[in-house]
Amino acid sequence: MAQIFHPGMNILAKATIFGAIFIIAGIAVAGAAFVRSPYVTQVNVVREQPVPFSHQHHVRELGLDCRYCHYGVEKSSSAGIPSTEICMGCHSQVWKDAEMLRPVRESFQNGTPLKWTRVHDLPDFVYFSHKIHVAKGVGCESCHGRVDEMPLMRRAASLHMDWCVECHRHPERAVRPKQDLFQFGVNRTTVAGVSMEPPLRAATATNFDLLDQSVADLSAPSKPGNAEELGRELVARYGIVTRQLTDCVVCHR
Amino acid sequence: MSNLDLTSLEQNAIRAVRSRQADGDSMQFWRSLEEAAAAPEFEKYLHREFPSQLAVWEDPVGRRSFLKLMAASLAFAGVTGCTRSPEEKIVPYVRSPEELVPGEPQFYATAMPRAGYGYGVLAESHMGRPTKIEGNPEHPITRGGSDAFMQASILALYDPDRSQTILHRGAIETWDVFVRAMTEEMERLRKNQGHGLRILTGTVTSPTLAAQLTDLLQALPQARWHTFESTVPESVAAGARLAFGRPVDTVLRFDQAKVVVSLDGDFLSGLAGSLKYAREFIAGRRAVSDSSAMNRLYVAECTPTITGAMADHRVAVPPSQIALLAKHILRQITPESSVAVDRELTGQPGPWLTAVIQDLREHRGASIVTTGAGQSAEVHALVHAINQSLGNVGHTVTYIDPVAVSPPQPGSGLHELVTEINVGDVQTLIILGGNPVYNAPGELNFEKLLSKVSLRLHLSDFQDETSFLCDWHIPAQHYLESWSDIRAADGTVSLVQPLIAPLYGGKSPHEILSVLAGQPTRVAHEIVHSYWQKQLSGTDFSRRWRQALHDGVIPQTAAKPVEVPFKLDLSNLVDATKKSLASDQALEIEFRPDPTVWDGEYSNNGWLQELPKPLTKITWDNVAAISPKTAERLHLSSGDLLEVTVAGRSLQTPVWIMPGQADNCVSLTFGYGRTKSGQLGTGRGSNAYSILPAGKHWFSTGTVRKLPGHHVLATTQNHHSMEGRDIVRVTTLTDVQNPPEHPAHATSHTASPQSMYAGFKYEGNAWGMVIDQTACIGCNACVVACQSENNIPVVGPEQVAVGREMHWLRIDRYYHGELDAPEVYFQPMMCVHCEEAPCEVVCPVAATVHDSEGTSNMIYNRCVGTRYCSNNCPYKVRRFNFLQFSDQTTPSLKLLRNPDVTVRSRGVMEKCSYCIQRISHARIDAKIEHLPLVPEGAVVTACQQACPTRAITFGNLANKDSEVRKLKESPLNYGVLEELKTLPRTTYLARVVNPHPNLPVPGAVPPHAPMPARPATGGKAES
Repeated sequence: MAQIFHPGMNILAKATIFGAIFIIAGIAVAGAAFVRSPYVTQVNVVREQPVPFSHQHHVRELGLDCRYCHYGVEKSSSAGIPSTEICMGCHSQVWKDAEMLRPVRESFQNGTPLKWTRVHDLPDFVYFSHKIHVAKGVGCESCHGRVDEMPLMRRAASLHMDWCVECHRHPERAVRPKQDLFQFGVNRTTVAGVSMEPPLRAATATNFDLLDQSVADLSAPSKPGNAEELGRELVARYGIVTRQLTDCVVCHR
Repeated sequence: MSNLDLTSLEQNAIRAVRSRQADGDSMQFWRSLEEAAAAPEFEKYLHREFPSQLAVWEDPVGRRSFLKLMAASLAFAGVTGCTRSPEEKIVPYVRSPEELVPGEPQFYATAMPRAGYGYGVLAESHMGRPTKIEGNPEHPITRGGSDAFMQASILALYDPDRSQTILHRGAIETWDVFVRAMTEEMERLRKNQGHGLRILTGTVTSPTLAAQLTDLLQALPQARWHTFESTVPESVAAGARLAFGRPVDTVLRFDQAKVVVSLDGDFLSGLAGSLKYAREFIAGRRAVSDSSAMNRLYVAECTPTITGAMADHRVAVPPSQIALLAKHILRQITPESSVAVDRELTGQPGPWLTAVIQDLREHRGASIVTTGAGQSAEVHALVHAINQSLGNVGHTVTYIDPVAVSPPQPGSGLHELVTEINVGDVQTLIILGGNPVYNAPGELNFEKLLSKVSLRLHLSDFQDETSFLCDWHIPAQHYLESWSDIRAADGTVSLVQPLIAPLYGGKSPHEILSVLAGQPTRVAHEIVHSYWQKQLSGTDFSRRWRQALHDGVIPQTAAKPVEVPFKLDLSNLVDATKKSLASDQALEIEFRPDPTVWDGEYSNNGWLQELPKPLTKITWDNVAAISPKTAERLHLSSGDLLEVTVAGRSLQTPVWIMPGQADNCVSLTFGYGRTKSGQLGTGRGSNAYSILPAGKHWFSTGTVRKLPGHHVLATTQNHHSMEGRDIVRVTTLTDVQNPPEHPAHATSHTASPQSMYAGFKYEGNAWGMVIDQTACIGCNACVVACQSENNIPVVGPEQVAVGREMHWLRIDRYYHGELDAPEVYFQPMMCVHCEEAPCEVVCPVAATVHDSEGTSNMIYNRCVGTRYCSNNCPYKVRRFNFLQFSDQTTPSLKLLRNPDVTVRSRGVMEKCSYCIQRISHARIDAKIEHLPLVPEGAVVTACQQACPTRAITFGNLANKDSEVRKLKESPLNYGVLEELKTLPRTTYLARVVNPHPNLPVPGAVPPHAPMPARPATGGKAES
């Protein structure tokens, strides 16, 4: 009886066994690439909105402060989407007949709200608070990117957990001085002339027996340095307890 | 599931307990007859440890189809990871409301009506949807505390079974058609001065509603107004009239009393002022701060209530004996009294009564004698006489003019209405609220009579038994949807303001009366507002109105004490309740409102249905409670079906053997046996109203007959058993004042832990809790508060029966001592947040982890449901979602959820989180304020906030001055199972009792019993 398999098949068999490693690895890499792809993360994907609102125009060209519309950002977990009334505050005077703004005017007249499509959507098991991030020196740009360069809103970051945790492990890479929070494209490397948070309140008033040990000695004069040095100084002055930032329960509960 | 139902063994169990107790081999603390008897079946049940985790294989799916489904599921499980999150819409306001910041809750003061009286609440609102009810700290009755009914009232708002449309003879109709029909009817009535018009309401304390009714009756002099409140029998008012010749309300001041004697009076739960009474009673009982000020409570009652459980000395007496007890007390404290004592007391109350009389004599002016709604008018009059002669009036007992407004003409109860219907005097009947077809005493036969009335109208939340027999049914507004006003038990007026527009177009009684008055366009806001405009006259009405809405109370509206001379000639007092039991089968039958569903008003409320009743721990059902001795005599076991017959009417109900029940008495509760409730309330239990005699008190005599059959009751009393370890500790006031031998200061935290794991260094905030068992009255408010705050699902009776209830916080009820007269101890138990948590180290996916502030957390999105953590938890406080218990589809229930807490899915473990969402909120605020620690009072857990007696203290252990840290240093402080070195962050203060020197000490170890391994007093240092 003739051999079913040609001797050359041995090589093929070996190649297949050896190749399996690459095939499996390839699938793993492809999978990892897929979950990080814009298809899944929606990074840089523009979504359709009832009105093609341009942050570039309003922020960079007109110089509106973020908080004019997103008024909850310092007071609430939610930054807030402006009510139609806020849009109409200006647009009852400027561009009041523009075709583009017809849905805004109709909403105001009929009392039916505009329905925007959410761009930055965290999973429901993540409890994110804008107010603490802003209070501790995380500017808008750190998560939302160069909003001032976006004619139409899109996601700048994947919002994946590893992206969040990266910053929670190294807050010094993200924190910025108070006056830069609502600025875009600022790159400071010196502490001099920069207003910062006051140090932690004196413990005597409340007679607490436990003070945060991680607060740096603030009497030492600040010296100019690189961005990371500034970051560390800011982390101390904001009273950020880095160890606590990676407690699961800070975001999940 | 028959192996989980232990009750069928009870006949043997009772015998076994008796023989064990006779041998001196009694257990220290026990939770059920089976446990006390050490029945082999119970041991088996115990060793199974997690009966809830038995596989319940109900689907007839074969192995093949199971494997096919599993393969398909696995394949799809991989695919689900590849989907991206669905697109969501953001819908901002068109015009943003003033002072609203999206994401931050707002609180509004309003008042919840219950049985006609107001309870001040603060309602939490998230962007226009109310989600949580708290007590209003400004309100004199609630003072920030609440009860289970208040907490559960939020679920009633979103109940999908609420009535949603106006019905005319069963067909959907519009409000306009109703108004037209009613206007025509009223025109006809106006012509004959309202002849034949009757209005039936519950207790009315609303000044606006009373004014509307008065106006209507003036315009129609022939019309009459009747009141009927199903849980307030007429005996209370009749007793006051008997004693003083006029109706008065009694206000008790428990914080001023050193001795309290309750003669069948459940003042800690059943009354309109109970929240205040509970707070003040416990304030007079805290041994921690000032041990000399501790009061002493004596209770004589038939079936154990939470008041009886708090008693230092309790005796079980049949309800008919209460009058006799009262007479004896009166005779002994005022020998010159003319009261005739026609019978001698027999049995148990002897030494109890001697001690009561001695204590009352020694505390004239600083004692309270009280009785309950179910007792006869004569007993109420006797109690008034006792308080008079003790000189308590003006000190601990005051009288005020009745808060409830009575109809102008005398004799306007349900009995009189029934008589008038019978003689054909009633053509039009307007029923504003209530459900008299269900809860009128069966003897009155109200259901049959109603058809004699030609036009019947009913305003109610549900299409209930009464609605089905009425021509018109109008859906009522929930109190969170309506404008009104209401008075509390002390007379204080609260404005009721809406937090949300009526979900289903409901109407308020103000609007119905306005239609009757010919003003159909007036809305409730206008009616209430214009009434108060007249009352609060002055230039700054608008400011005062806003202030009253903000505060939740109108200042200076509490009733002033009145002086009423005692008028009754006691020698003429006839004991109407004196009856002798005719035969062996004849028993005394006692009726009382159900502790969770009340008079049936809450029968469709899943939270209250699933709330274990304080003493029996039964859910979803009512029972006939009998004593162990009676059970032995009649050969009954818990769950046996019983036919109870009173005056020719009978009902069928399962038996429950109740340790501490008076012999030869059957106690029934109202609220079950609903035929037209929602999907949860219909067809559960039996209706005790159907056999209630039409007399003026709530007991009678009747017969019982055992029926074939056995009913499985969903009771939680054996769940999560801790096998008789040293869980509850009791000590006496004397021992607290003069600690024997070693001064007890050490807490569990000073014991050096020996752990396999490296210690965790805690910095910053450190959260901890102390529960004072002396202050816990077992009222269940915390259990429902936790359920409401943390989106805890309801699982239903079948799942409760197999031990799968989801309550994060449970109240364990322990018995101690004799089978027939045990002491009762309550212990709230939830996750104790061990510093060395056994659950955390066994989780293979690190889904339960510690944070740096010492709380043990569940990370739901990581949990894969191995349940190892639950197996390793010594406290049995973890709950697993065996099925999809959370309702994620019913639209109205989505509005109910707390947005700060994850709604859990099937297959996820959960447990008490110390209200981590509240901690998180406070921590963020403190960090923004640049405070090193979260300040005292910034975090209040839901259970702590709800507790009317402040038994739960939560706070920051890192803060030297915090209340919780001070309590941890108390000698009474101990950690449950602290010998396991789990270092629980939640610790307990031992229960302190204050026994009379001449009576046996509750909680004392009987001399013949073996000494426990650890001292019975709490907080002893481990040497």
